[in-house]
Amino acid sequence: MSSSTASRQISQPRTTLSPGVKAGLSLRRRRDNLNGWAFAAPFLVFFLVFLIWPILYGFYMSLTGKSLTGANDSLIGFSNYAEAFADAGMWRSLGNTLYFTVISTVPLVLVALVMAALLNIGLPAQWLWRLSYFAPFLLASTVVSLFFVWMYNPQLGLINDFLSKFGIPKVGWLNDPNVAMWSIVIATLWWTVGFNFLLYLAAMQNIPVQHYEAASLDGAGAWRQFFSITLPQLTPTTVMIVLLQILASLKVFDQIYQMTAGGPGGSTRPVVQYIFETGFTGYRLGYSAAISYIFFGLIVLVSVLQFVITRRRSA
Amino acid sequence: MAISTLTRSTPATGSSQVIRQPRKKWTVGKIAAVTVAAFIAVLWLIPFAWATVTAFKSEADASASKVSWFPPSGFTFDAFINVFQAGNIPLWTWNSLYTSAAITAITLVISALIAYALSRIEFKGKKVLMVVIIAAIIVPPPVLMIPLFYQMLALKMIDTSWAIILPQVIHPAMVFVLKKFFDQIPHELEEAAVMDGASRLRIFMQIVLPLSRPILAAVAIFVFIGAWNNFLWPFISTNDDSLLTLPVGLQTIKSAYGVQYAQNMASALLAALPLIVVFLFFQRQIIKGVATTGLAGT
Repeated sequence: MSSSTASRQISQPRTTLSPGVKAGLSLRRRRDNLNGWAFAAPFLVFFLVFLIWPILYGFYMSLTGKSLTGANDSLIGFSNYAEAFADAGMWRSLGNTLYFTVISTVPLVLVALVMAALLNIGLPAQWLWRLSYFAPFLLASTVVSLFFVWMYNPQLGLINDFLSKFGIPKVGWLNDPNVAMWSIVIATLWWTVGFNFLLYLAAMQNIPVQHYEAASLDGAGAWRQFFSITLPQLTPTTVMIVLLQILASLKVFDQIYQMTAGGPGGSTRPVVQYIFETGFTGYRLGYSAAISYIFFGLIVLVSVLQFVITRRRSA
Repeated sequence: MAISTLTRSTPATGSSQVIRQPRKKWTVGKIAAVTVAAFIAVLWLIPFAWATVTAFKSEADASASKVSWFPPSGFTFDAFINVFQAGNIPLWTWNSLYTSAAITAITLVISALIAYALSRIEFKGKKVLMVVIIAAIIVPPPVLMIPLFYQMLALKMIDTSWAIILPQVIHPAMVFVLKKFFDQIPHELEEAAVMDGASRLRIFMQIVLPLSRPILAAVAIFVFIGAWNNFLWPFISTNDDSLLTLPVGLQTIKSAYGVQYAQNMASALLAALPLIVVFLFFQRQIIKGVATTGLAGT
């Protein structure tokens, strides 16, 4: 931005132009207008058809009783919203989503930080560590779910077998309502922590060497350097990673749907699954659109918060 | 490559690589760090290892109540053979490949074009356009699934590849990743071409794009991985068995095979293989690509 405006001002001084040059400029301006929109057009077509229109249409749907069976297309005002706010099922699934977000974000950030810090010490065979930490991120959710459903199997699973060697009784990893969400968090941690790890590692490698050299000369040890140089330097990265992780966790659906289908007894069902089921199994498109918008409101709230926080940081 | 020397004021010294050289000796702390790192790495590899061992067992051994890393009746390819005879995995892989490739290609073209306009061309309405596209970054795809499904139904695109491809080509965050990169390319390079009367499109194609290869690759990698692994939208928009992508196809296997653990793991491994192999070959590019595009958001 700043560089483009700067060089523009140099190449086109605004003062004292002859009429001929002025005409040339307005011609150029018209051509720029045309060019600008022509370059933007292909993206905008997709943008309008597959993003803006569904957003608007979705809101319209949320004001109707529309259903997949084609019953009631008429406008019913905000009664879908009124129903949703009184719907225990929606609140419970929203609560599950928030619970998952809280208990997944903490380990997904901390473990990523530990992984990156370990590598940043300068371990040999960097590629090996990166490969093993990051590889799961390349898997589809269904692959992850197949892996973990098998390991979590109460009778035949690897994990219960291992625990039994220490005399620990069998755990119903995905069948026990008190445990199931934690099991999903563990699988999610394994699957996606590599992404945050890479972001941390990249940020750590951008910290100027001089900081460490100076600290070394002052006799600061590795721990001291980590807490008084690395961590403070990483603060903007940490803020970004936490916020991105919150937004990602709020959208959770795939692995839960695949591993527990929201069970046992709805104890893991996230709000996206509630929307999905209301719309596609319950056929109530209008009502599920209304819940989508309540969920959207939550995401917007978090995003605005993110914007405010990052703005304050850079200001 | 070229651009890194262009944008960095100091010629590429590879500062990040040189940093830790002075501390090469094996201290107690370093040994401890290796131990912890190795412990995590082993934990992280166990799911792969266990899936692999299971996939090479007979179904009887896989479902034996005694868990074993070395099955009594030895290792066998039976599960893989059965999965291949069922025949769907190669088709699903192909479906995933061409839909993801199409999504990546369309995304790159349309995003680079608009990013160039936002970076270089002063046109009326540009500011408003930028605000709208920035705002669109926060729209979570699950919010769109209901109206988008209905829209696809109306367009008669449900159960076609278009239903999978078209809604996935809009990546507002990537537009800004590209714009930011274009902003850093010195204007002087283009001004000479403008003097020669070259059109915007020619300047874009012949000067800007070749200089932007690293960022284009990064965006392509990011978009491709996302598309390859996307579950929810392909799951909603296709029912036809011949159109399923790999992640969605696997979900049907899971419910169809039920307790055939060896076959489940064989399918999962076959599904995981393509991207893992690509990663082994292009590790550096992929890691760099994810790191540069990652912070821009998904």
